[in-house]
Amino acid sequence: MRRLEAFGRFWWDFVIGDDWLVAVLVGAGIGATAILAAAHVAAWWLLPLAVLLVLWISLRRAIRSA
Amino acid sequence: MSTGNAFLVLSAFLASGVEMVEALTIVLAAGLARGWRSALAGLGAATLALAVVIAALGPALTHIPLQALRLVVGALLLVFGLQWLRKAILRASGYKDLHDEDAIFARELAEARGAASVERAGIDWYGFTLAFKGVLLEGLEVVFIVLTFGSAQGSIPLAAAGAGGALVLVAGVGVAVRAPLARVPENAMKFAVGVMLTTFGIFWSAEGAGAHWPGSDASLLGVLGFVVLSSFLLVRLLRRERLETVPA
Repeated sequence: MRRLEAFGRFWWDFVIGDDWLVAVLVGAGIGATAILAAAHVAAWWLLPLAVLLVLWISLRRAIRSA
Repeated sequence: MSTGNAFLVLSAFLASGVEMVEALTIVLAAGLARGWRSALAGLGAATLALAVVIAALGPALTHIPLQALRLVVGALLLVFGLQWLRKAILRASGYKDLHDEDAIFARELAEARGAASVERAGIDWYGFTLAFKGVLLEGLEVVFIVLTFGSAQGSIPLAAAGAGGALVLVAGVGVAVRAPLARVPENAMKFAVGVMLTTFGIFWSAEGAGAHWPGSDASLLGVLGFVVLSSFLLVRLLRRERLETVPA
């Protein structure tokens, strides 16, 4: 059980890293892109802007917690 | 070579190079402090373990439909790349210490010299474990990048060629100088890797979600420009903000 926990923690740290909010917001951005694309609306512009916003939020969080 | 493929080779080369420089520092510390036999055995065992991961995951990835693969790989790369980019921006703006291979090497060496000696099958266990863990953990990032980049772009061999080039270069220079590669512009390389991972992450996850990029693959250059420009603006903004808050 402890090994399984360590394995899970390793992959969490490896992929998600220091800020879990990045993963949540990236997921939301991709979801919103998929909704726009399914409605046949141009959706390519959404993710770059979402990423910029996510990066800004994550940097502010890192600086506040430093 | 298309824009996408050129990016693929360059990204795999840079990302692998950065991780290999870090792995080399650990192997050198293990070798100098605990003997080369143990360090090289650890290096060899980790390389074998990584080969098993590649053999297991590589062919499996090629069977997944491309759009689903790009969605998953793009999302993973985006989250992964934003971690790198965030750290790189914090370092460049002065909020986080720069990565210093010399200091890491000195710390690893002191720790390795201070640890008790336990021999198993004629191999120093500490030296073996240090080299094994270092190479395996840094190597896993290389494997992750090569397999995800390669499969989503439709050419694992091209990504592997980029990583292979980095391996030859780093290992060759490592053997020649037998010292940590402190002169490698590692922080700048990490910034570049963060930018590349984020660029590919945006491009593929948007495509996987059903969006169509104007100009197809060529729009990777536009995404790259956007990520580079945004990152430099953020560095400038944060650096100015930090200087304003530092008391005179």
